[in-house]
Amino acid sequence: MENRHWRGLGKRVSSPAVPLLEIANLIKAYPSPEGGTHTVVDVPSFSLAEAQQVGLRGESGSGKTTFLNLIAGILKPDSGHIVIDGKAMSDLGEPARDRLRATTIGYIFQTFNLLQGFTCLENVLLGMSFGPGADRGFATALLKRVGLESRLNHYPRQLSTGQQQRVAAARALANRPKLVLADEPTGNLDPRNSRESLRLIREACRENGAALLLVSHDQPVLDQFEDVHALHDINRAALQPGEAEA
Amino acid sequence: MTLFRIVLKSLRQHLLSTAVTALSLALAVGLLMTVWVVKEQSHATFTNVTAGFDAVLGARGSKLQLVLNAIFHLEASPGNIRWSDYQFIKKNRAVQLAVPLAVGDNYRGYRLVGTETNLFNHAYDGARTYQVRPGGRIFEDGYKEAVVGSFAARRLGLKVGDKFNPYHGLIFDEEARHADVYVVVGVLEPTNTPADRVIWIPIQGLQTMAGHDPKAATDVSAVLIKLRAPTAGFMLDQMYNKQGDKMTFAFPIGAVMSQLFDKIGWFDKVLEAVAYLVALVAIGSILASIYNSMNERRRDIAIMRALGARRATVFSAVVLEAGAIASLGVLIGFAFYAAIMSTAASVIRQQTGVVLEPFVWHRVMLWAPLGMIALGALAGVVPAFKAYRTHVAEHLAPVS
Repeated sequence: MENRHWRGLGKRVSSPAVPLLEIANLIKAYPSPEGGTHTVVDVPSFSLAEAQQVGLRGESGSGKTTFLNLIAGILKPDSGHIVIDGKAMSDLGEPARDRLRATTIGYIFQTFNLLQGFTCLENVLLGMSFGPGADRGFATALLKRVGLESRLNHYPRQLSTGQQQRVAAARALANRPKLVLADEPTGNLDPRNSRESLRLIREACRENGAALLLVSHDQPVLDQFEDVHALHDINRAALQPGEAEA
Repeated sequence: MTLFRIVLKSLRQHLLSTAVTALSLALAVGLLMTVWVVKEQSHATFTNVTAGFDAVLGARGSKLQLVLNAIFHLEASPGNIRWSDYQFIKKNRAVQLAVPLAVGDNYRGYRLVGTETNLFNHAYDGARTYQVRPGGRIFEDGYKEAVVGSFAARRLGLKVGDKFNPYHGLIFDEEARHADVYVVVGVLEPTNTPADRVIWIPIQGLQTMAGHDPKAATDVSAVLIKLRAPTAGFMLDQMYNKQGDKMTFAFPIGAVMSQLFDKIGWFDKVLEAVAYLVALVAIGSILASIYNSMNERRRDIAIMRALGARRATVFSAVVLEAGAIASLGVLIGFAFYAAIMSTAASVIRQQTGVVLEPFVWHRVMLWAPLGMIALGALAGVVPAFKAYRTHVAEHLAPVS
C-alpha cells in the first residue's frame, strides 16, 4: 500500500522550461528602530522551474527567512509579484494564500518546528490536513522513505535531532507539494547527519517531482547542489559578504 | 487529521488544566441542576402532600404549624382541642371523613401518633390506601399495639412482635421513658409520604399514656378532614377562622404550604444566585485557563498556520476546545448532580419523609448543560481571537 503511494509520487514529471515560481520587483521593508523603514528584501527578478533544485547561499542577516516567508505567503510583500504555479500571490486574499500554501508548498524549518504533542505520524498527517486531507497510508510511506518506519508513534522528544529533521522533511512532502522551501534545514545537525538529511530531502523532492529552494550559509551543504546562487546577488537589500561581521 | 483530533490533542497536552477546569464547571452544572430540581420538586411535592385530606382542624394558632404537625409530622402541636370539638365537626354534613390525631410522645426520635383505624382505610394520595406488610395487621383500638411506618421501622429495626417503651415528648430523651409497653403488630408498606416516619398507635393509648395529664385524656392534637365538596371548606373557614376564636381551620392544605414557600422564596433566590455565581466563575476559569496557555500555544498555532491552516481554522479549534472542556464538565456535572441530589433527597426524606426523585426529567437538565456549553464556547472566543491574530513569521523562531 505504502509503495503504491510512493511510486505515485515519483511519476510526477517536470519540465525545466516551465516556471513554477516567478518573482518580480519584490520588496519587503520593516520599520526601523531609528524611524523610517529598513528594507530586508529587494529582489528584482527570480524564477524556479518545476522540479528544479536550487541552493541559495545566504549569510546571517541576508533576509533569507523573510524571502522564503514571502514566497510561502506567510508574509505579504510591500510591492512586487510572486507567481506560484500560475497563481499570482498579490491577487490572492489571505485564505487563498493559506490554501495555496497548504496544497502547493512544503516548508522545512531550521528548528524543524515539529509539534511536540503530536507523534511522528501525526506531525506528518498534520502536514496534509489543511490541503489534500489526511492520508495515513501516504504519511506512513513518507516516514518509511526517510527511515523512520519504527518511529511512527514516537514523539519528537523521543527522537534524535537527525530523526526530527527527517520527520520535518516527510511532513514538508506530505501535501504532495510542487515547491519545497528549506530554511537552513541542516543548521542544527552534525556534518554526517547533515549530508544524510540533505540527500534524503533532495531524493524525496526528486521522486516527488517537487522543486526545492534551499537557503543555507553552510558551504558543504551548498556544494551538493549543481545550481547555487548567492542570495546577495538576488536580493539587493542583503548585506554583502563580510558586512555582517563588520 | 481532523479539527476534532487537533482539539483532542490539545486537551491531552493540557490535561491538568483541562481536568481542573472541567471539574469546576461540573460542580457548577451539578449545583445549578440540583438547586432547580430541589426547588421545584420540593415545592411541587410539599404542596401536594395532603395525606388524602382537604383540611386540618386544630387549636387556635398558625395554620402552617398545624399542617406541619398533622400532615408532615414536624413541629410541635399548637395545642389541643376537645374531643367534643372533634365530634362536632365529624357530624357536620359537609365532612365526609374526620380522623383525630394525638401527638406528644416518641420512640428514639420517631414520633408516635395516636389515631383511629379508619385512617388506614382512607386513600392517602387519592387512590392508594395504607398497606400492611405480610405477616402484620393494623392495631386494634384499646390495645397497646403499634403499626410502624416503613422508614421508621427500617431505621429503628422494628419488626412484628417487637416491644418498646415510648418516650415522652417529641424529642428523644432517655430519661423520659414511659412505663407502657407497646407491641409492633404491623409494618406499613412504603408510601413515600411523611407517614413512613411515624409509629401509629391507638389514640386512646397516647391520650392515656402513663404520666400524661389526666385532664387532657380525651383531647386531640388535630383533626384531619376530608370534605364532601371542596366548596364546603370556605364555609368552615368562615365558621372557625373568622367567626370563631378557639380553633384554626387550615384549608386548603396545599395553599398553606405554598405560603411557606412564598415566605422562604428569598432563600431560593440566594441559592440561585450562588449557583449562577459558581457557573460564572467556572466559565471564567475556561477563559483564563485557555487564555493563559496561549503564549505557549502560539508556536504550535504558527506552525499550523505555516502548514496552511487558516486563521478561521485556528479560531475554530480554540472555540471548539473551550466547548469541549465545557461539554466534558457537563458530563461530569451529571455525575455531580446525581451525587449532590441523591444526598439532598436522602436528607430531605430523613427529615420530612417527603421523597424527591433525583432522576426524574426536569427541563433544567436541558437548559443548564446546553447553556454552559454555549457559554463555555463563548468564553473561548477571547483566546481564539488571540490565536486568530497570531503572527506566523514572528512565532516561527528562529529567524535567520
